[in-house]
Amino acid sequence: MWKRIAALVRKEFLALLKDKKSRLVLIVPPFLQLLVFGYAATYDLKNVPYAVYNEDRGAASRQLLAGFSGSPNFSLKATVDHDGQIAPLIEGKKVLLVLHIGPQFSRDLALGNTASLQAVVDGRDSNTAMILLNYVRQIVFSFNRQQMVAQGRASLPARLVTRAWFNPNLESRWFIVPGIVGLLTLVVTLLVTALSVAREREQGTFDQLLVTPLTPFEILMGKTLPGFCIGSLEATLVTLVAVFWFKVPLLGSLLTLYVGILLFLLSAIGVGLMISSLAVTQQQGLLGAFLFLVPAIILSGFSTPIANMPPLVQQITLLNPMRYFLVILRGVFLEGTPFALLIPQFWPLAVIGIANMLAAAWLFRHRMY
Amino acid sequence: MPPALPTPSAAGEAGRDQHVLTFAAVNKTFPAMPRPISALTDISITVRAGEVTGLIGPDGAGKTTLMRLAAGLLIPDSGHITVLGMDVVQNQQTVQASIGYMPQRFGLYEDLTVQENLDLYADLQGAPVAERPAHYEELLRMTGLGPFLDRLAGRLSGGMKQKLGLACTLVRPPRLLLLDEPTVGVDPVSRRELWAIVYRLTQEQGMSVLLSTAYLDEAERCHQVLLLNEGRLLGSGPPGSFSRPLSGRTFVLTVPAGERRRVLETVSGQTGITDAIIARQGVRVVTETPEMPPLAQLFPSLPAVGVEAVPPSLEDGFVALLHEDKARPRQTKTLQVASAGGALPPGGGDGPVIAVHDVQRRFGDFYAVKGVSFEVRRGEVFGLLGANGAGKSTTFRMLCGLLPASAGDLRVAGVDLRQASATARARIGYMSQKFSLYGNLSVRQNLDFFSSAYNLAGNHRRQRLDWALETFDLAPLAETISGGLPLGYKQRLALACALMHEPDILFLDEPTSGVDPLARREFWHHINMLAAQQVTVLVTTHFMEEAEYCDRLAIMAEGSLLALGTPEEIKNRARSADRPDPDMEDAFIHLITVREQEVAA
Amino acid sequence: MNERATAGRMGSAMRLRGLMRKEFLQIIRDPSSVAIAFLLPVVLLFLFGYGVSLDAEHVPLALVVEQPSADTATLTGAFHGSRYFAPVHFSTMQEAEAALMANQVQAIVRLRGDFARELRSPAGAPIQVIVNGVDANNGRLISGYVEGVWSGWLQEWATQQGMTSLFPVEVEQRVWFNAELRSRNFLVPGLIAVIMTLIGALLTALVMAREWERGTMESLLVTPVAMREVLLGKLVPYFLLGMGGMSLSVAMAVWLFAVPLRGSLFVLFAAAALFLLVALGMGLLISILTKDQFVAGQVAIVVTFLPAFILSGFIFDVGSMPFPVQVITHLIPARYFVAILQSVFLAGNIWSVLWPNALALAVMAFFFLGMSRRKTRKSLE
Repeated sequence: MWKRIAALVRKEFLALLKDKKSRLVLIVPPFLQLLVFGYAATYDLKNVPYAVYNEDRGAASRQLLAGFSGSPNFSLKATVDHDGQIAPLIEGKKVLLVLHIGPQFSRDLALGNTASLQAVVDGRDSNTAMILLNYVRQIVFSFNRQQMVAQGRASLPARLVTRAWFNPNLESRWFIVPGIVGLLTLVVTLLVTALSVAREREQGTFDQLLVTPLTPFEILMGKTLPGFCIGSLEATLVTLVAVFWFKVPLLGSLLTLYVGILLFLLSAIGVGLMISSLAVTQQQGLLGAFLFLVPAIILSGFSTPIANMPPLVQQITLLNPMRYFLVILRGVFLEGTPFALLIPQFWPLAVIGIANMLAAAWLFRHRMY
Repeated sequence: MPPALPTPSAAGEAGRDQHVLTFAAVNKTFPAMPRPISALTDISITVRAGEVTGLIGPDGAGKTTLMRLAAGLLIPDSGHITVLGMDVVQNQQTVQASIGYMPQRFGLYEDLTVQENLDLYADLQGAPVAERPAHYEELLRMTGLGPFLDRLAGRLSGGMKQKLGLACTLVRPPRLLLLDEPTVGVDPVSRRELWAIVYRLTQEQGMSVLLSTAYLDEAERCHQVLLLNEGRLLGSGPPGSFSRPLSGRTFVLTVPAGERRRVLETVSGQTGITDAIIARQGVRVVTETPEMPPLAQLFPSLPAVGVEAVPPSLEDGFVALLHEDKARPRQTKTLQVASAGGALPPGGGDGPVIAVHDVQRRFGDFYAVKGVSFEVRRGEVFGLLGANGAGKSTTFRMLCGLLPASAGDLRVAGVDLRQASATARARIGYMSQKFSLYGNLSVRQNLDFFSSAYNLAGNHRRQRLDWALETFDLAPLAETISGGLPLGYKQRLALACALMHEPDILFLDEPTSGVDPLARREFWHHINMLAAQQVTVLVTTHFMEEAEYCDRLAIMAEGSLLALGTPEEIKNRARSADRPDPDMEDAFIHLITVREQEVAA
Repeated sequence: MNERATAGRMGSAMRLRGLMRKEFLQIIRDPSSVAIAFLLPVVLLFLFGYGVSLDAEHVPLALVVEQPSADTATLTGAFHGSRYFAPVHFSTMQEAEAALMANQVQAIVRLRGDFARELRSPAGAPIQVIVNGVDANNGRLISGYVEGVWSGWLQEWATQQGMTSLFPVEVEQRVWFNAELRSRNFLVPGLIAVIMTLIGALLTALVMAREWERGTMESLLVTPVAMREVLLGKLVPYFLLGMGGMSLSVAMAVWLFAVPLRGSLFVLFAAAALFLLVALGMGLLISILTKDQFVAGQVAIVVTFLPAFILSGFIFDVGSMPFPVQVITHLIPARYFVAILQSVFLAGNIWSVLWPNALALAVMAFFFLGMSRRKTRKSLE
């Protein structure tokens, strides 16, 4: 039996690697996605265009503004000298932020009153607006401290000492890149398995397999094992790139990581084979893979937190293997989470994986002809 | 008198000497890796007005390329093509407005009805709206599609689709009609009807027709024949001009039915014999010289046979030309399949190897197979004949266990293959319709894989691999990617894969479709060898003349058995006073007509 | 000559009419195009509209108060009162840290034992905040929310203590167009752009390749039809279908997701029409170049969906991407449409945004349709 499975696996690899189209599927999308997600998908803002409307003539306002012009996050695009100019700048998206300092600013400050800095923000992209306001507050905060020291005032009665664990500089990339390990593993495994039976059906070789003494179990194994090999290879490659190219720390143990990868592959291959046994043509296989991929990625917490979703949708995500895998990945990469703490993620993943494989095997037997 | 089709003006007046289509030294290559493929080499031909010109040649000879060039869909690399006095490349639009072209797979919109398809092409061809009703009526009468106007084109039978395609090309009567393999996959009745339409168009309306076909008996009905092979023109002229050189060299050896295969195998490939096939009355041979060699002397082992001189056919001429053209090594190797002793099925005896009892297969509310029963004995070559959609492939797939039957009982070597154990399946060999192999694996890798799948190992496996490469002349191509092989070689490789494990039952689905006459001869030679070794062979085909190779056959139409018996028995049923010696196609048409009368009654 | 030209025009009109009627009949009979045009936007809008949200609410927060006092009570009260937090009390830091490790809380706020005393000392009291930084964006939002609660509480406390003007400078924020910073308001219009890219390209990519695969193209080509007519015969029906999908998406955005529509409906649909031309043109070009439904579908998904998702500014700010990537985003048609949609929905008819983006779309439409026209030659080569 094992000899026959080995022959099947060898054939599967030969067919995959010799076909230009499938080689392309294995190489191009992962490369593109790694590049795009690694570099373009970031919530960190740089060079935010802003304008200044300073009605104050004192040194203090200039000192405050220096905090902005000195920051790498901001880049001054225009200086405004009356109210009417603000609207066109923001509406036309020339700037995302206008800093307005009133004529009383220096005087208020000198008198010990609270002076105000008006920040007009373009809210069309609410996330950017929110991050932007955080940056503004930080700059104003450090200006405040300088002012208090300069004026010899006591410092604030209470101050925040904030530390971010696991990602001290709050870099988006550290969050996104481990997610890509999961994403690409899913995409590639799914494409490899979802299309394989459909391709054989289209070429007529599937019938040829069925009339040989090969059993359905052997054929299923012959399709599963290459998925495991390619999936874990893909995961390993992306992990290496994440660590050595994007410099994301890998704090946890590799053993924990690979247990997660293998359990996840079980689910992914199960889904792929289910699609495969249902699809008659490669086109249907592709459509099926796409229909599974999009919700699986959106509802996994890959780009936005699951906690922000409506409660009902959160319940649905419990069925998504990607959800658990992402927690494992980020835990192992950034937090160094020990194996024991990840068991709540491992067991649902294992349950989903086994259920998927059983369903795939059942479908495979019943849709073979 | 019904309103006649408007006569194309110029062609009607012009005599038969006028040329409606001329190719002058045309070359055409297609870019490909590793080097460009030469599709047509130095082709110079003429098609005369008011005639039916047949374009014949095996698959891949360049027939479709020639058609597309004439229709202005491809541009020649060099040479000139003139259609109706116009240069095709320069006057593409005008040429296309005055010719009709029906591609091999006519692009009917399957989700549109017959009427909607006709309207679309009438709009595209710019047929004047006022003339349409009368013209439609004529077309529908001619094609017999009248009752099906509101049916979706996708739900028509193969023959009706072809006729609708023809009607769509004729919505505005063209002066030159190009038909690319119009009769492929069409049942014999529809084939005859299509031909009748083509003749009417030329005779009554003076239309000129260029028609390509792989059926040589059809080409026999053309005024002129162009013979194409591997992109080169092998000959042109009236059909008679091809067979004339062979006159006096064609004979039929009248042999009793049971002995034909043995006689064929003894005779073929011998010196003095150009070609030998199993034909209507016995074995048909073409000799190298006009005298029949003294058979009894040459082949003392032969039983007493009668020799009868017969007129040569176009196929004889074609095969002779192909032989001259490529001087292909003759296939004389012996095919040793069953290993010493021969594995006999347990409990074998003389019971039927394949038994089919009242089998039905339903798809939704459509019965693809309705109540079919037959039996196949050991060592028999059993044929399943029928047009596309007759239910023969469905029956075949059920026998192989690829499709469950809706009702009835199927046994192969005493078991139902759907529930059969792996060991039972190891006893059958299977070759599918499209010679399905792993296209991106090499020849050796394919053989390797199937030998493992069939549990061959060690020394035995190596022996079988060498055997396959050697017997089928595949050794020089062992490392070639199988997807790029010519069709004939794919067929050989598929057969080799199916025979690696020395099966005693062989299932072959349309094993000869699309391959040239030489490859077909070679293939039947292999089958004969297998049958001689008591291998049971079940084969489906839509070539009526191949039925003669079978010991017994079943003819299917619309899901049921029309006839079951030896070729002689079946032909006898069509014998009548005005048809004393019917061939298989006559028999088929007779059976269909009888059935239709029964249904009508 | 003149007569022939008129006849030619009439013939052209007849052919075009025939082609379009055929296309509509096919659309009606084959539900898959209708499904792509109407079902796909509904499903995707639901999925993304509910699945993608950047608004964190009820963030689980660990409060560690080592020695409760009146001061700590007001501060924890402020956390409990905030809609952003769902505080959980822990008595020791170890327990809180374990909860953070196990992902049960997202942040820890620790008030040390001598908080009340230090609050009144000149040095002030430090409040230790630990945020889980794995999700950097979320971490930043949470620390911003903590700051908000803290500064509000501090101001109030100072007033009670009789202090005035605690901070020398205060930020007075004015968020235009989306005062409550609802992320759905910006995600849904962007989503429409992503969906329309996918629909437009997928529809035409598949139908054109289908003609090649089924062999109907060969039959069309030998008729006197001009390639221009074939392309137009495809464009018009699918354009109308795409506009149908667009109307459905806009209706869902306004009524289901309650996104304000501040600009005019006319401008919205004019821009959508322009964009649809680009998307259809892309689909046409893809299918002309591949001639294979399978490959065309794959290419259409890869070149439209992913870029429209990541590089259009739909979620990620284009200005913050590395320069080479920013250059690439200019080639993504969805980028221009996202800008137009976000403005028309949230800000109104801002012509200074509309004109340049519309111009870019027009250029791209011209390019893709022109290329399609050029690449379709009336032959099989």
